[in-house]
Amino acid sequence: MLRIKPGTRHRVTVTVNGRRHGGFAEARTLLSDFLRHELKLFGTHVGCEHGVCGACTVNIDGRAVRSCLRFAVQVDGAEIGTVEGLAEGGSLSPLQEAFRRHHALQCGFCTAGILISATQFLETNPDPTEDEVRDMLSGHICRCTGYEGMVRAILDVAGGSS
Amino acid sequence: MTEGGRWVGAPVPRKEDEALLTGHARFIDDMEPVPGLRHAALLRSPHAHADIVSVDISNAVSHPGVHGVVTGVDISAATRPIPSAVRVPIDYYPMAVDKVRYAGEPVALVAAEDRYVAEDALELIEVEYRPLPPVMDLDAAMDDDSPLLHEAVGSNVVHHRSFRYGDPETAFAEADRVVRLDWTFPRYSSTPMETYGAVAQFEPAPDRYTIWSNFQGPFILHALMCGALGVPGNRLRLITSPQSGGSFGIKQGMYPYMVLLAAASRLLGVPLKWIEDRLEHLVGSSAASNREDAVEAAFRNDGTLIGLKFLNVVDVGAFIRAPEPASVYRMHSASNGAYRVGNIYVDNRLVTTNRLPIGLNRGYGGPQFFFALERAMDAGARALGIDIAEIRRRNFIPRDSFPYRAPAGAIYDAGDYEAGLDRALELAGYEELRAGRDRARDEGRLFGIGMATAIEPSGSNMAYVTLAQTPEERARAGGRSGGLGTCTISVDPTGSVTVKTVSTPAGQGHATVAAQVAADALGLTPDDIDVVTEVDTLTGAWSLASGNYANRFSSVVIDAIGEAARLVADKVRAVAAEDLEVAAEDVELADGTARVVGVPEKALPFRRVAAKTHWHPAGLPDGMTPGIFETAIVSPPGLGPPDERDRVASAVTFGFICDLAAVEIDRGTGRVEVRKYVSVHDVGNVLNPLIVEGQILGGFAHGVGGALMEEMVYDEEGNPLSGTFADYLCVTAPEMPALTVGHVDTPSPHTALGAKGMGDGCSMLAPTAIANAVADALGREDVDPPFTLNRVWDLVADGGGAG
Ligand code: FES
Ligand code: FES
Repeated sequence: MLRIKPGTRHRVTVTVNGRRHGGFAEARTLLSDFLRHELKLFGTHVGCEHGVCGACTVNIDGRAVRSCLRFAVQVDGAEIGTVEGLAEGGSLSPLQEAFRRHHALQCGFCTAGILISATQFLETNPDPTEDEVRDMLSGHICRCTGYEGMVRAILDVAGGSS
Repeated sequence: MTEGGRWVGAPVPRKEDEALLTGHARFIDDMEPVPGLRHAALLRSPHAHADIVSVDISNAVSHPGVHGVVTGVDISAATRPIPSAVRVPIDYYPMAVDKVRYAGEPVALVAAEDRYVAEDALELIEVEYRPLPPVMDLDAAMDDDSPLLHEAVGSNVVHHRSFRYGDPETAFAEADRVVRLDWTFPRYSSTPMETYGAVAQFEPAPDRYTIWSNFQGPFILHALMCGALGVPGNRLRLITSPQSGGSFGIKQGMYPYMVLLAAASRLLGVPLKWIEDRLEHLVGSSAASNREDAVEAAFRNDGTLIGLKFLNVVDVGAFIRAPEPASVYRMHSASNGAYRVGNIYVDNRLVTTNRLPIGLNRGYGGPQFFFALERAMDAGARALGIDIAEIRRRNFIPRDSFPYRAPAGAIYDAGDYEAGLDRALELAGYEELRAGRDRARDEGRLFGIGMATAIEPSGSNMAYVTLAQTPEERARAGGRSGGLGTCTISVDPTGSVTVKTVSTPAGQGHATVAAQVAADALGLTPDDIDVVTEVDTLTGAWSLASGNYANRFSSVVIDAIGEAARLVADKVRAVAAEDLEVAAEDVELADGTARVVGVPEKALPFRRVAAKTHWHPAGLPDGMTPGIFETAIVSPPGLGPPDERDRVASAVTFGFICDLAAVEIDRGTGRVEVRKYVSVHDVGNVLNPLIVEGQILGGFAHGVGGALMEEMVYDEEGNPLSGTFADYLCVTAPEMPALTVGHVDTPSPHTALGAKGMGDGCSMLAPTAIANAVADALGREDVDPPFTLNRVWDLVADGGGAG
């Protein structure tokens, strides 16, 4: 098992949205801080840093995970997906489009995490019920929208793709 | 576009969205506006009330990576106290000096190479406290022998004024029925998903400060910050971040932190960045006031409301922090609500306790005010045996009496309250709903229906805050009035248009709506127009009222945008007229061109005409100023100072909301299930239906949170018990009841586009409508939110539900 002395910095290499990135992290550096302040990928947001709000959610090796609950050194070598990677080739993904159409975001601070969770959710459950969508969203806090627009957007995309 | 060929009124998707959806929008923590930043962390008091005996920073200062440490004594030497409109001897500094007054109050600041190191060093600071008895109970706080937060004031009651309009004594003496409710309202907060954040830089020779932040205004607080830092306004430059992750009023409360960081930057000689974490936010930012009030309503037997008394006791927390006591005065001049009642008595007492200081929060004073008034209406209806809808109908201000001068001075611009009520009843299927209630009750279930209506003030008159002063004090202080809106529209030498709104939005889509308004005026599309919403106090056109609060965008800022766009349009038309050899009146701007009315083929591209004002000044009509850089400053009509009888026109427009809630309570668990919720709004002319609906849904979520689960709880010792998102419960998607929205919109004559502000919405009413439904279900009036399982279960066990 990797042991890192306090105060020393360790090189971490990850693949983010298909590109290799490297940076330095202490043992205690949160993945959220590493992504934002070391790799300068500011699209991932931090709303609580204690694992409740879901704003910091990223995809690690195919699973939606809260990046404030991971240390950067734990993900050395991993494949990470962030909000910056959702629009392929410069055009919005169907889910992003639906979020726009259904006014599923206001300040947009919670949105990155929700898009990551919802994208992965639809991969495993392409035809969800409204209750299932709400249940998935219960891992996220949005203070602006009342969730209605995002429920509609996710159901809309699910309906369209099934 | 709408069918009429206009952008205003159409559900234009938001300009803001693409950057937000792709992770490219920039928030304050994404910014590093100056090199050499150090990161600040704050040591906060673990005690609610204690003397500070000593602060030893030596170990922290020598910790590797630490740049320096600042204490309250340093801050008090480097700044002046921040005043409020209430003249009491309270020295409010942004950091505790010799005494802490709430758990979470800043005690020291560490600047270090990163936040991790700064937080390490916090643990090395040794503070010796001498605990004092905490003042947490509002009643006890007002006792003569209560421990005091501020010795020099001589009391914890820091403000007390009472007001009389009409003849309330006679009304109450002549009433057939007086309903009195004693109620408590919980302290809660909209907790935006993005916390406070700021970067402060001090530069010498001459001394000046620059602060980048997600502060939302009002920029009247800029003047207070200048006073605290001892600099004129042109030496304190405030710049807001491009995006702000929600605010709902809360980000007003960060200005003391901005003063603190600015002063610390000066003391330490480095620029400082501070991003509040969630734990800090929940104990140290701001919240709406908790209150312990009473309301009395005097009725005739036929349901006519003839008198009201509001006895308000407001917990302001440890300090009265400007713009408080505004939260009790925002609704004051509309104390009659939607009703004709003319006899009103209001008594306001503001009390300091060892809690976090209060400030703006969605609805600002509205949720508490309407709780009193609208609980009294439902209770009055039940006492008199009149239907809850009918009693309101009998008291509404009639549709033909607008503009309506309210007894305490508000001027309601337009409305049709009865139509709004009818729409709500129709959407709710009211008759069937009542029949369903009867059936449920026959089966022994606890089912209740409640109602609440509100008028929604928008675009504040800055002068309403001076109601906190007596007419004599106001006369001595000099005149105050108004709420200016500003906007600058420029067209650069390439002919592209930029609108600067200085409106600091936090998700409300200002850029989209501003572009719609400008596009209509200039004959362009919203995509042709870029909008800059942030404030820079050194380079932009702004004023005291600038910022994002009190629903002011669609009631004030929008008119400034319209006016600036008109100035630009006039200029472009005049330039084109010469080239087209027609009179300016015969030129219209449409389809990206300036063209002759009725002769669309005689047209010039907008871009070329506009660019000419830069490229070829000699070719412009005689006397025309070259370039296009038009600033409009609008002063909404009728916003004078309070008169000698304490009447003031407090806002520009008054929307209307009628909410109806049906709930069922589970006897076994105490769970309140919202079975139906209908909300009908009068927002004036709708500027963008997509955004209007979004605001209504979002306000509803805050109202539901306040009604069912949210509360900032302290124990008797003053320890905050809701310091994480695992303890402070925000509503999530499965808890949201379905909302049925309706509209009865009456255009405002006070705004150029007929729009009214509408951002508070159901945040002001859902706690009340749901409380009324709970009262109806349980057959008792002593019900106070939040309606958590425990609380409701206790009410049920205590014999509720006899009906
Ligand atoms: S920031 Fe990670 S869950 Fe809130
Ligand atoms: S859009 Fe603002 S928190 Fe979700």
